[in-house]
Amino acid sequence: MAPTAAAKPVKIRRASNADLPTIIALDERVTRLPKTDYWRDLFDRFSRREQGRAIFIADVGGRVVGFAIGEVRAWEFGSPPCGWIFGFDVDPRFRERGIGSMLFDALTSFFRSSGVNTVRTMLRRDDNLIMSFFRSQGLTAGPFIELEKNLDE
Amino acid sequence: MRLQKATRFALYAALELASRREGYVSASEVAAKYGISQNHLAKVLRTLGRSGLIEASRGVGGGYRFVGNAKRTTLLEIVQLFEKVDPIAAGERQPGDATDAGLTLKSVLEEIEDTARATLSSVSLDTMIKMTRRHAERRAAKGTDQRQPATLVP
Repeated sequence: MAPTAAAKPVKIRRASNADLPTIIALDERVTRLPKTDYWRDLFDRFSRREQGRAIFIADVGGRVVGFAIGEVRAWEFGSPPCGWIFGFDVDPRFRERGIGSMLFDALTSFFRSSGVNTVRTMLRRDDNLIMSFFRSQGLTAGPFIELEKNLDE
Repeated sequence: MRLQKATRFALYAALELASRREGYVSASEVAAKYGISQNHLAKVLRTLGRSGLIEASRGVGGGYRFVGNAKRTTLLEIVQLFEKVDPIAAGERQPGDATDAGLTLKSVLEEIEDTARATLSSVSLDTMIKMTRRHAERRAAKGTDQRQPATLVP
């Protein structure tokens, strides 16, 4: 944990375009994969249609230390409208402070205000850390199962 | 997925103790709550004690208490104290294993086991305690008859 920021309060707010570079940097630091084009495209899509879509930022002393991204999707795979969380991260130096829970609460409140009462996400089966986090927030296995095929085999 | 009796009893004991961190809990209390024989529970508690998850105190007011980290201790860790949760590949070889059908069957069974392992390793005792409380609250809200006291709710 960054010692100087430890005592500063955490502010959860909606993201603005000015946050894009820090989100890109945070994601790259955590996943070790640069995805600049993906993030630019995502911000562009979210700014063109905001209904049912939200990016929340955890801000500690003006520094972005986490984000949660979600949108309401309807009828994909035959599913009724449901809030999807498809981007979620907290800077490792700021974990164990409840920031993930605060981001989760902000996003799920947003989903409720958007008229849905189910939240869903998808994650790697071997990503124990993030799966444990979502389990601790009350998520359990849902009615869908993901299947895939390697087209080169 | 079926768990052996000892494994289930260990999970109940660990959950009970982890949800009551304020003091020592007697084995007889845990045994009575879950309908477990005291002998069987004693063996399970010894294993949990050796693992460092719980500690015992003798004498008046003694009993057992959870001394691990409930947020970090997963169901898989406790299950593995009592039974193997090995991938199929690590098991003993069976007739037909090396055939195409055998290898295909193995991949299907591994898919099931991977999911079971991921589930057990992602649920901490702390999460189980929260889930149990929510379950008890839902049952209470519905006015459902309970044959046993609501577990883990003080």
